[in-house]
Amino acid sequence: MARNASAQRTAGQEWLRLWFDERSRGLIYQLLVILGLALVVAFIVSNTIANLQRAGLASGFGFLFDQAFFDINQKLIEYSSTSTFGRALIVGMLNTVLVSAMGIVLATAIGFFAGILRLSPNFLLSRMVGAWVEITRNVPVLLQIIFWWVLLTGLPKVRESLSIGDSIFLSNRGVRLPAPLLEPGFEWVFVAFLCGAVAAILVSHWSKRRQNVSGERFPVFWAGLALIVGLPALVYWFAGAPLAWDVPKATRFNFRGGFNVTPELLALWIALSTYTGAFISEIVRAGILSVGKGQTEAAGSLGLRPGQTMRLIVIPQALRVIIPPLTSQYLNLTKNSSLAIAIGHQELVSIGGTILNQSGQALEVVGIWMVFYLGLSLLTSMYMNWYNRRIALVER
Amino acid sequence: MTAQPFHRSQAEMLPERAAPVTTVGIVGWLRANLFSSWINAAFTLIAFYLLWLMVPALIDWAFVNADTAGDNRFACTSSGACWAWVDQRIDQFLYGFYTADQTWRVDLAVVLLIPALAPLLFEGVPFARQLRWFSLAYPVVATFLLVGGIGLEGVPTDKFGGFMLNLTVGLAGIVLSLPVGILLALGRRSRLPVIRVLCICFIETVRGVPLITLLFVSNIILPIFLPPDVTLDSLIRVIVMVTAFASAYMAEVIRGGLQAIPRGQYEAAQALGLRYWQMMGLIVLPQALKISIPGIVNTFIGLFKDTTLVIIIGLFDILGIGNAMVSNPDWLGLSTEAYVFIALFFFVACFSMSRYSIHLEKRLDTERRE
Amino acid sequence: MNSFLKTAVAGAAALLVAGAAHAATLDDIKKAGVLKCGINTGLPGFAYTDDKGKWTGFDVAYCRALAAAVFGDPDKVKYVNLTGKNRFPALAAGEIDVLSRNTTWTFSRDVDLGFTFIGVSYYDGQGFIGRKALGVKSAKELDGASVCIQTGTTTELNLADFFRVNKIKYEPVPIETNEEARKAYVAERCDVYTTDASGLAATKTTFKDPDAHMVFPEIISKEPLGPLVRQGDDQWADIARWTLNVLINAEEYGVTSANVDKLAAKAIDNPEINRMLGTEGSLGAMLGLRKTWAVDVLKAEGNYAEIYERYLGTKTPLGLARGLNALYTNGGILYAPPMR
Repeated sequence: MARNASAQRTAGQEWLRLWFDERSRGLIYQLLVILGLALVVAFIVSNTIANLQRAGLASGFGFLFDQAFFDINQKLIEYSSTSTFGRALIVGMLNTVLVSAMGIVLATAIGFFAGILRLSPNFLLSRMVGAWVEITRNVPVLLQIIFWWVLLTGLPKVRESLSIGDSIFLSNRGVRLPAPLLEPGFEWVFVAFLCGAVAAILVSHWSKRRQNVSGERFPVFWAGLALIVGLPALVYWFAGAPLAWDVPKATRFNFRGGFNVTPELLALWIALSTYTGAFISEIVRAGILSVGKGQTEAAGSLGLRPGQTMRLIVIPQALRVIIPPLTSQYLNLTKNSSLAIAIGHQELVSIGGTILNQSGQALEVVGIWMVFYLGLSLLTSMYMNWYNRRIALVER
Repeated sequence: MTAQPFHRSQAEMLPERAAPVTTVGIVGWLRANLFSSWINAAFTLIAFYLLWLMVPALIDWAFVNADTAGDNRFACTSSGACWAWVDQRIDQFLYGFYTADQTWRVDLAVVLLIPALAPLLFEGVPFARQLRWFSLAYPVVATFLLVGGIGLEGVPTDKFGGFMLNLTVGLAGIVLSLPVGILLALGRRSRLPVIRVLCICFIETVRGVPLITLLFVSNIILPIFLPPDVTLDSLIRVIVMVTAFASAYMAEVIRGGLQAIPRGQYEAAQALGLRYWQMMGLIVLPQALKISIPGIVNTFIGLFKDTTLVIIIGLFDILGIGNAMVSNPDWLGLSTEAYVFIALFFFVACFSMSRYSIHLEKRLDTERRE
Repeated sequence: MNSFLKTAVAGAAALLVAGAAHAATLDDIKKAGVLKCGINTGLPGFAYTDDKGKWTGFDVAYCRALAAAVFGDPDKVKYVNLTGKNRFPALAAGEIDVLSRNTTWTFSRDVDLGFTFIGVSYYDGQGFIGRKALGVKSAKELDGASVCIQTGTTTELNLADFFRVNKIKYEPVPIETNEEARKAYVAERCDVYTTDASGLAATKTTFKDPDAHMVFPEIISKEPLGPLVRQGDDQWADIARWTLNVLINAEEYGVTSANVDKLAAKAIDNPEINRMLGTEGSLGAMLGLRKTWAVDVLKAEGNYAEIYERYLGTKTPLGLARGLNALYTNGGILYAPPMR
């Protein structure tokens, strides 16, 4: 009896010792968390299987090969209502990528421009830009997307389109642009462009090395321009100008031919770019202010002009502060592009929603959404991290 | 001609003269700020021109040429805005479908927000110590007021709507996402690999996808994950998702704050024999949170603006009510007015939050310089 | 103290968890004390809010009639507003007991998605509206036109089919809500607007100059709209089905909200009416409901004709003539099985 009690005590003490030992307690915590997580996952999986069986819904991705039966107006690849759900999703993904990429470029331009203007010594200008930034930042982007769409559909009607040189037409059905028609022989222009680009990169590396060694400067910009633009232009001329333009022509209802950018895409593009641009302008402003005044003064005393000071001295240093928050703004813009659903630009979420409605495959469609956006976010942050490392201060 | 001495000295000071008229006063200010160079002057003129184009037109539309009375859109005959609906629909914009004779409860909850927030936001509030207890109790009080229960008529959550729904989702998200965000931030820096990996997975997944896909998850997928006889209240589902979304961002903001705390602080705490939670709660977090406040407020602003997305899953927040109104035959097509009205609500709320954040930033900045 | 705690816990639980049903929907509805009815987020005539924020309209009236059948009280409804996207998941998951949201009865929805349509409350068809100035007389002349459509609906699919079969090209302009599609058409973002004929008529009345627009003669699809329930609970499907049938039969027999009390007071010399209103036979008990269930249904919003005229008829802004939705005795195809 007594022996038994002492044995119990030692077992209890053993447990206590395990508990008070930091390492074993950590192990216990983690085991418990894993156990809890496994239980939750098992609960969800069993429910899902039961629910799907009860509703008689098939699971799996077989539906991707079924015919879609609906049309999409803005598409980068061939698609018709006889294509599959899978192809429709790809069209949606490409549309998401397109509007995100366009948005990122314009938002960056707007952001840098507004950020610099905001620091302008001109009182009126800086205040006006400030007011614009505050209004844009503090109104939900969904509302702004709808606002721009309403505004763009107020443009002149299609039969009264504004035209630029009878080849570009602007109406409330969007912007009609001439589409390039590539003729045989044009592939050489592409090859020339690629060669030119590679050569330009090599030249820039070489000139940097030379400048480091000898201090002599080489007109990299002009040389690069000549290689990237001049070389393809030369090849284009020699190949006999193998390019024609499909110019839009007015028909009874619409323009035919050319390439149309819908007002939905435009509204989304403008709204996302201005919204994100307003945030970027604040980041840029903070970045520029973080560069010490002494830097500007030193540049001035070296005889650099204000534009040069900005470009060569201030911005490169400010970028180090700017890049990390800029990355998250780019990601936000990409994710906000999913709000296109409110105005009918058919990107991934909108097309996925239609498919979900037609096929009932909720789990799969939502899964595809999440994986795609996660992938896109991951790629964007990987690229920006690489860029950040490249421009980071090299301390000696 | 008498030769002037080349050097001239004077024993007494010259009388002080006024600065040139072009450098002081209004003229000086104008010169310095608006016309300091040709480019600047051009900018100023362009800016003036833009203002002259926009401001009078806007005022004409919103006020001068606007209609404010009438029972439907046909009563609006002038060229400007039609505000006639505001009078009839304001209750819906504010309270949604909340039981009409109970809306005082919403008002009371909003009024009580002032004493609950004051001691947290500002210094030098009288009775701050006692009021902080009230701040702590406020979420419970507000829930009781809004939902009802003991002694109050119950109001089902599907009657929540309008700006009140935005406020409810926004505030609930704010209150819940801060502690969850802190836990996630600590988890991400934990030395236990399982917890760290889980927190990283959660934070990165949530930050990597748009909020509306999460709302679709709560709306469409969650019922598939739960047993058939369990359905969660849709408002609670939305709040859970908004909280999850905001807390992932919050975690990253707070992690930034935690990283700024020097190692010495941790080591000193450990040297004093403090345990993990004591060290975090008493030494590290108070400092880290203080640094992160501007980021936290910015996350709040984002969260509040995102509450408009609930419209996509069929809840009637203020934007949804606006859309419902413009599809009513009496008010068809008044979307511009409705959207401007709604934008005003968000602008006031978000702008004051961002001003507050800037004010805090300045205050913290001076404290650090001392 | 203990009972107080219990109440509090039960209250909190009730707030969090609402029972949904798979087998005995009726019992669950009775236990909850409220019918959960899925309706549109806003469609003139069918589901919209009045100035007091109350939901009303043709689809809403059915919800109220069904609640009256179950509880004898048309106000015991919880409306769940659903978009084109989440209406089916919501019904499948038991978040609503019945979906009354101008939903087209199609093969795949009935069979593949696992729902049961309980009848047709409105016979519709998809048509086009366009400006007379275009000089177009038929939808088949629309080669190259821009067409506004609402996404996530059968109209999107019908449209694609129509243009593919007729081998003509078009630019679809898909828009999420009816109101925005209307706005886009008014702004001439598109040449024609397509939706159900009821919607076209409703839309036409909202234009500044309705006579400048015309509805094309083609009706390109059949759109039988009706309420639906989950498959697998036949008793509940029967209640939903016969509530709709009562509304239609009452019009045929001349029973209205005004005279239903008088007719239900005692048996009259019309056995159909007697059986329906419960003064003869036991139809209510067969459904598991009260004897007077149909009386309550008709007192909620009246019979089919009353509901139709109140929300959609010629005296409303929508101004829809009965057309196909007239009784079979009046040249329409509305025909409910007998109450026997």
